[in-house]
Amino acid sequence: MSDMTLEVRNLRTHFFTRAGVVRAVEDVSFSVQRGRVLGLVGESGSGKTVTGFSIIRLVDPPGRIAGGSILFHGRDLAKLSEREMRGLRGNRIAMIFQDPMMTLNPVLRIDTQMIETVRAHAKVSHAEARARSRDALGMVGIPSPDERLESYPHQFSGGMRQRVAIAIALLHRPDLIIADEPTTALDVTIQAQILAEVQKLAANVGTALIWITHDLSVVAGLADEIAVMYAGRIVEAGDVATVLDRPSHPYTHGLIGSVPSRNKRGTRLRQIPGMTPSLLDLPEGCAFRARCAYADAACEKDPPTTEPARGHALRCFHPLLEPVA
Amino acid sequence: MSAPVIELRGVSKRFGKSFDIAARLTHRLSGALGRPYKDQTVHAVDTVDLTIRKGEVVGLVGESGCGKSTLGRMVAGIMPPSDGSVLWQGTDIATLSPEAARAVKLKVQMIFQDPYASLNPRLRVAEIVGEAPRVHGMIPRGTFDAYVDAQLHRAGLDPAYKRRYPHQFSGGQRQRIGIARALAVQPEFLVCDEAVAALDVSIQAQILNLFMDLRAELDLTYLFISHDLGVVEHLSDRVVIMYLGRIVEEARAEEIFAHANHPYTQALLSEVPRIEARKKHFVGVKGEIPSPIDRPTGCHFHPRCPHAMPRCAIEAPALREIAPGHRSACHLNT
Repeated sequence: MSDMTLEVRNLRTHFFTRAGVVRAVEDVSFSVQRGRVLGLVGESGSGKTVTGFSIIRLVDPPGRIAGGSILFHGRDLAKLSEREMRGLRGNRIAMIFQDPMMTLNPVLRIDTQMIETVRAHAKVSHAEARARSRDALGMVGIPSPDERLESYPHQFSGGMRQRVAIAIALLHRPDLIIADEPTTALDVTIQAQILAEVQKLAANVGTALIWITHDLSVVAGLADEIAVMYAGRIVEAGDVATVLDRPSHPYTHGLIGSVPSRNKRGTRLRQIPGMTPSLLDLPEGCAFRARCAYADAACEKDPPTTEPARGHALRCFHPLLEPVA
Repeated sequence: MSAPVIELRGVSKRFGKSFDIAARLTHRLSGALGRPYKDQTVHAVDTVDLTIRKGEVVGLVGESGCGKSTLGRMVAGIMPPSDGSVLWQGTDIATLSPEAARAVKLKVQMIFQDPYASLNPRLRVAEIVGEAPRVHGMIPRGTFDAYVDAQLHRAGLDPAYKRRYPHQFSGGQRQRIGIARALAVQPEFLVCDEAVAALDVSIQAQILNLFMDLRAELDLTYLFISHDLGVVEHLSDRVVIMYLGRIVEEARAEEIFAHANHPYTQALLSEVPRIEARKKHFVGVKGEIPSPIDRPTGCHFHPRCPHAMPRCAIEAPALREIAPGHRSACHLNT
């Protein structure tokens, strides 16, 4: 098995609505290696969640994958039948949602739900499935997992529910986990607990992880690589140090600059003027140019993806080359 | 030092069920059968003392269920305290005449977390912003439009949009409408309850800048409630940390971020994800946040505290001054 778990190439996911075609994901390429964490960062409507949903093939009509390939261990997920996809989902590829109640059925006990998941993909006895479920709960740090298996989701706190959802994602030791803002709704101390568990798992199990978030600070400490999305495209990608310490795209630069801890206390924050454009009527060319201080006539054309350095992808005609203080 | 605007003295807030006859009878019966009734009262805020001075920005930090929103609502006068008193410029607001109490209420305005839920979806922006000042007679006859335009303009909105409804605006713009509405009644004090939590980073920066500009322009005092320590550190003069209904630490912002004293504050600060961090090793405070219905005895933090001693389970530590202007509630200090 190669070390490359997932390779997304020129992915396009469009929504064919009555008001027009929404290009939620447009020409997105990235890859994730075994045991590595990719932080997929963007603001609301940037297409980060749709990218995640496209990989696990959960995009509902009127949306569909309009082009590109999603190579999972060399197999193109975009071309698999729904039946083949079901064999992978929850088995080799798992997803963790922002709201754990999207994973959990409120009227079934945890053991029922977990044993069902185990036996959906593995021919094992009920007792064996239960043992695996218990081990998974133990692995994510739930105390007395044997008793907790008999609880209902509402008997858990928010942080504990998210742990159960993560335990379910881990049942088959998947090769790839897509986590969509899994700690956004949690408190700081609980978030740190979950991040600690996830870090251990990626290291021990060798799972590749895509961590979708709007929070640059979380991925700064967690991820190996970062891809920044804006209006459906990846505008900058690379390892964490490159993207966060020496951002080259004006949007990445602006985004990092607007984080309060990057500014002197009590001073006005550096802000990006304007707001995210509607995906229904994106301007021609670079989608960021209306808010960009460096934009000129060249930006009316679509900037191609360039590679200023190895492993650093950029989509801009006027990259910031000087290091940012 | 400027004069206090708001003072909380021994303020508590409890939420409980009120029982009908059947429920009381059941409790008495089960009590007679040897199963005494378990108290289901939520102790949201527990004997809090807090002084906020004119022109100050006080950041109130805590995790879910710590009572920070309830405290904010009591300060804003939306909710009366169960015990203790709230003082406005030295006078207990419970003792004021109805007219005076109404005037004080207008001086303290609140900005909410969810900018959509806090705006009436069936009113146009001009109505949302202009209704309160018109009802309170703050707008001279015939100047309604000009007044509303000025409010919108100050909050960074184009007055041309005032005929629109809230759903026609983005999240950041809706928050600006909420700010324009709060400022329309000419308050002196703003309670911001997670006012930027629902916004994207780039929009959050715009709104925080607006808060800072307005502070300078209108000489406002803020109680800024947030779970985001980065935002609080940037904005606040003084920071108050709450845990399960009680203030555990309070100090000037530089002081608390440099020399946190309470173990909970220290844990909170070390767990905050920072953009400067690289491949940080997350640890996590052990245990969960306890429920405000079933609180731990003594110091509320003791079941999760790495320094807990037998005394912590019995006796609640008092909030005492450990350095000028720095108060902390921990037995380690005594």
